[in-house]
Formats: sequence, C-alpha cells, structure tokens
Amino acid sequence: MYTQALDSPGAEPRSPASAGEAERERRFQERIDRDEKIEPKDWMPEGYRQTLIRQIAQHAHSEIVGMLPEGNWITRAPTLRRKLVLIAKVQDEGGHGMYLYSAAETLGVSRGELIEQLLAGRAKYSSIFNYPTLTWADIGAIGWLVDGAAIMNQIPLCRCSYGPYARAMVRICKEESFHQRQGYEIMLTLARGTPAQREMAQDALNRWWWPSLMMFGPSDAESVHTAQSMRWKIKRFSNDELRQRFIDVTVPQAQFLDLAVPDPALRWDEASQHFITGPIDWSEFQTVLKGHGPCNRERLGARRAAHDAGRWVREAAAAYADKHRDRTGGGAERYAQAV
Amino acid sequence: MNEDWALYEVFIRARSGLEHKHVGSLHAADARMALEHARDTYTRRQEGVSIWVVRSSEIIASDPEEAEALFEPARDKVYRHPTFYDIPEEVKNI
Repeated sequence: MYTQALDSPGAEPRSPASAGEAERERRFQERIDRDEKIEPKDWMPEGYRQTLIRQIAQHAHSEIVGMLPEGNWITRAPTLRRKLVLIAKVQDEGGHGMYLYSAAETLGVSRGELIEQLLAGRAKYSSIFNYPTLTWADIGAIGWLVDGAAIMNQIPLCRCSYGPYARAMVRICKEESFHQRQGYEIMLTLARGTPAQREMAQDALNRWWWPSLMMFGPSDAESVHTAQSMRWKIKRFSNDELRQRFIDVTVPQAQFLDLAVPDPALRWDEASQHFITGPIDWSEFQTVLKGHGPCNRERLGARRAAHDAGRWVREAAAAYADKHRDRTGGGAERYAQAV
Repeated sequence: MNEDWALYEVFIRARSGLEHKHVGSLHAADARMALEHARDTYTRRQEGVSIWVVRSSEIIASDPEEAEALFEPARDKVYRHPTFYDIPEEVKNI
C-alpha cells in the first residue's frame, strides 16, 4: 500500500575502486539508459544495490506496520460487509509486505535480518502509520488519502529499473485500487449521512490531509538522493511532482464529498492549472520520522509482541518439518510433481 | 535472530491449458506449508488453478556473465527462421 520517499544516508555513489570497476559502472549506466531491466544476478554498483535494499525494505516494513492502524477497526467495523472488506484489505497489505521482502532478498539480504532491523527500531517505515485511527471515518480517510498517495507513488515504480521490484509493484498496483475505492466509499457514506457522521468524516480529513501530503517525502530542494535515484531509474518523478499530482486529483474528490480541505491557503491557480497549497509543516514530519509521533512506540511494540507470540508456532513448524524429513527422507516430490 | 525457513520459488498455472509461470518466492518450513503460503500470498484473486513450489536452492541458473557465450551463437543463424527463404508470390500454402 504505502511507499514514502524516505531519504536516508548511505546512498552516495562511491568513487569507483579501479578502472575495471569504472568501466563496469559505465556499461551498467548504459543498460539503464537503454531502459533495460536489471536482474538479481547481473552486476550492479554497490550503491545501486544498497539504495534498493533500503528502499524496498522500508516499503515492505510500511506494508507490515500499515496493517496495525486498520486492524484496530476490524472488530468494530459497522457492518458485516465493511468487516469483510477491511479484512481483505489488511490481508492484502500483509501480502504486499511479503512480495516486497522477497524482492529485497534477491539483492542478498536475508528475511531474518530485515525483520530484525524493523523490530530493533533500526529500520524506517512510512511515518503515516504513526498516527492513530480514532474513529471509523479514519478507515475511510486512510483508504482514500493514504492509499491514494501510495498509488501515486507506486505506479511509476512499476517501471523501476530493478526487475524484481518492478514486478512486485505491478502486482501491488493491481490490488491497490480497490483499497482506495473502498475508502472513498466509506467517506461518501459518512458525508451523506447524519450531521454527526459528516462531522466525523470532516474530522478524519482534517487529521489525515497533511500527513498524506508528507508521504511524498521532503521537497525537492531538501531531497539529496533524488538525482542519483533518477539516474538509476529507481525513481521516475520527484517528490514534489508526485505530491502536486496527488493534490490535483484529490481536491476535487474532497469537493465532491462537500468536505473542506483543512488548508485556508488552498487555491486554484489558473495560470499553472494546479491547486496550490499552503506551506507544509516539515517540523512535524521530522518529529514523527525521528520516533516521536503519536504511535511510534505502540506500533513497534505491537510488532514485537506479535513476533514473540508467534515464536512457538515457528518453532513447532520447524520441528514438524524436521521430523517429517527424517521419516520420509524428503517428501517434497509428493506435492510438486513438475510434469 | 532466528534462522530463516527455506526459500521456495512459486509457479502458478493461471488456467488449464497454460503453462506454469514464475510469480515470486516465499519462505516455508516444508513443502506443504510452501503450497499453503503460495495459495495465500499469490492466489487471493483466483490467479491460478495449480501451484508448483520448488526450493530455490534446487534451481540451477545460467550466469549473466556468460550470456554472450551461451546465446551469441544463435544470433547469425537467420536461416532458422522462415522469413530467410525467398518463395515466389504465386506459390500458395507454404
């Protein structure tokens, strides 16, 4: 569901160690420039590998942590239909995390290491999930705005230069559009409901609007890694370009709901044909990113508790597999006869 | 850190009549769990009627560095394609 342009240190291209290395990097860049895809066993610069591992892992962690704010409402969904839909959506997010962890593993990092980094608090995930889901309307706002912003970010990633990441994104984007539509449908129902329901919808928009805009990451002027990622075709559009696109498609959707976007400075600019927003409060973004958002501790606490509570299941499955292997001396062929 | 379960590659037949196609990978403790996880991970929307899973460590892959040596010999053998041969227009059904 959710990517966020998270800039983090370490992605600087190193100066090539030798003439041979420089030649390989030049040929690598030529392949990228020809729009060839890079596959796991192909040679790639270390900076490219590390940038991708970090970005794909952050994306995977975001999917996994992203299940928590919505999972919070599964037992309290207002109807059976809404509950079915929400369970399916949360299950999709889990699946998206799995696709992405697998894609990251093709670059030489293990699943265990990635999980360990998340649980130890050393990995980043999208800061949007450190906000609480206080009312049912938040489930609508998340689907509409958070998934909407994620889709805007993810569609260009389907053309990313790294094959396994691009393929995972194609699969994810296919599954994603129901997420946004179900969210908007919740908002529409509330906006057309009782005054109390309308108020609930407005309150959710008020709280999710700015954090959603921040999902696109720092403004281009502040974003140090954009240029290299663009050259490598990991990234196709800048943070500000994607944010603007999101604003332009989302404001009319808010108008249709007859809800007010919580930005007194918002205006339509006839000359550029864009909606112009007021300034974004980046200090809030930095605060949440550094771990001081409303739910940072709670989210990691929940992941750790789930990991610990599931340990006996993992151990039992491993023990069962060992026992089974000892008795049959293999056995996989019974399940997968490739003929 | 726990040791990871074995990695499996997943292949899915979208419907009968089509070949199984690689769709991704997953970790599982054994083959049965790999099939069940493949079902949950890769066929939530009726994407398949049959699944193969195979341990990733059992796959033997060609080396991209050797791609030239492996595939270059086919490049100049255009006579393996039907368009290499000139047949007069009047000749039909060939």
